[in-house]
Amino acid sequence: MKLRKLEELFFKILIRASVLLVIFPLLSIISIVLLKGGKVLISDPKILITTPGPKYLLGGKGGFVHAILGSLYLVIPATLIASVIGLGIAVFLQPDYSTPKISELIRMILDILWGIPSIVYGVFVLTILIFIQGKGCLFAGIPALTLLELPIITRYIDEALIAVPVELKNATYSIGANKFETLLMVSKYALSGIVAGILIGMGRGIGDAASIIFTSGTSNTIPKGLFDSVTALPIIIFQQASSCYPSVREHAYAAAFILVVIVGILNLTSRFLTKHFSKYIPKGK
Amino acid sequence: MNLEKRRIILRLLKEKTTRRWMSTFTFLVCILFLLIFLSLLVESTLLLSKYSLKELLFSSKWNPEKYSFGFLPAIIGTIYVTILSMVLATPIAVLSAIYISEFASSQKRILISSFIDILAGIPSVVFGVCALLVLVPLVSNYIGPLIGVETTGMCIFTASLVLSVMVLPVIISLSTESLKSLPVELREASLSLGATKWETIKKVLLKGAAPGIFSAILLGFGRAFGETMAVAMVIGGKNQIPSSPFSAGQTLPSLIVSSFGEMMSIPIEQSALAFAALQLFFVVTIFNFLARWIKIKLKKRWGV
Repeated sequence: MKLRKLEELFFKILIRASVLLVIFPLLSIISIVLLKGGKVLISDPKILITTPGPKYLLGGKGGFVHAILGSLYLVIPATLIASVIGLGIAVFLQPDYSTPKISELIRMILDILWGIPSIVYGVFVLTILIFIQGKGCLFAGIPALTLLELPIITRYIDEALIAVPVELKNATYSIGANKFETLLMVSKYALSGIVAGILIGMGRGIGDAASIIFTSGTSNTIPKGLFDSVTALPIIIFQQASSCYPSVREHAYAAAFILVVIVGILNLTSRFLTKHFSKYIPKGK
Repeated sequence: MNLEKRRIILRLLKEKTTRRWMSTFTFLVCILFLLIFLSLLVESTLLLSKYSLKELLFSSKWNPEKYSFGFLPAIIGTIYVTILSMVLATPIAVLSAIYISEFASSQKRILISSFIDILAGIPSVVFGVCALLVLVPLVSNYIGPLIGVETTGMCIFTASLVLSVMVLPVIISLSTESLKSLPVELREASLSLGATKWETIKKVLLKGAAPGIFSAILLGFGRAFGETMAVAMVIGGKNQIPSSPFSAGQTLPSLIVSSFGEMMSIPIEQSALAFAALQLFFVVTIFNFLARWIKIKLKKRWGV
């Protein structure tokens, strides 16, 4: 009897300790990045708006505005393309359009694609790039990111559409709407999930370096055209942090600060929009 | 009347074009899966035609300048890092999942869940930066001497620590989900028989949620297996078979990243890196299938 109580107590403590062990690294990572990065940024805010000098990574002067802009140039088109394609696929997976067997198969493929390491996408796009004898540029980096984001966005939209009640669809069908019109009607119901999925995909895309490190090229300038090479925040963080110059390593904190802030803003926006769009979902459902 | 007719035709046209648009994209994504596999395979044929598979997978000499491509150090490093990080992460993750689904009040549950969402959203390079600039000195200056080994801190152990933090959100959120989906009646029945809360969890809930938890662990495995940047930053990047957790090593993804500089020029090196990517693709796909299969099998067996 005593032993049972003791075991109970032991595991209750263990469970709480493990929760603390989960929270501790998160808090320490965020505080390290925010405190150290913030300190660097406050002492030298100009690095955010200046382009890097000639030997930037070797301890030279300059900032990393090209990486911030490069990240946006890469991730915004990629997210747009992935959303359009993902929306199409997710709608097709619903029982209105395909049979359960087919959608099960495609969902499985999407889940596998989701699990594929981003570096594999990078090598895949690079292989094609070498095959057509191109070199790393914005135009090659965007599809690599699109591939990475596509399964994530599609599966989130898919889940959001699955949650639409059948009664709603039946109601629109019964007044003579066809499938596409029904889709337009019910998409409002799923809107909060769709937006959340797209922003989650975007967050993954902006934080990923492995898929674009080969395909976007590395540049020291702000890209001017679609075929210019471009660098992104995660790539420059990787390069800065591996540098042996302390001043460049400091910049890695600042760049990480910006990246975490961007991801945080995406997260907050997603929460806000989800709440905003949930007005289309009737209460009590 | 004519207007009405045109309207109907327009509606049908919209229906048809959107349908075609959707099915085309869906078809393309299926093709994409094959296309990735085939292009990596084609790219690595150059390497595979010159060396036997046995030679590639079991030779420990990696020296592209001398045309020796042994993947054994990277493969062992990958397995080492992955298993070590899963051993560190799994118990913590499962216990946390139990806390979230069984013990936490709804307020705390929301708080911790959003914490875990944030953790899942942090880019891997940020983990890498923190690990490289904080954890590496910590390991080399304090933890290493404490255990009595000399280490630079750029080692298998550090990489595993970082990875274990990174896979936590995957395992926790999926395990919590499968614990939560168990019916309340299961808990009530067990408690009414006189079992304590922990006994209920141990003997009833963990068994019921096991299919979900197993597949969560396997998916976490896949995530740890393919993680690139954070590992590449802290593992040290030496192509040697690691003698202890505190020696530098290499994983397949970090091998690809660190060889990038020299790879563009020589076709056989491109081929070697495509082969490394092919191995990753292959293993991750198999893990995914395995996760699915185990989930279905266990569900059948325990009938939950």
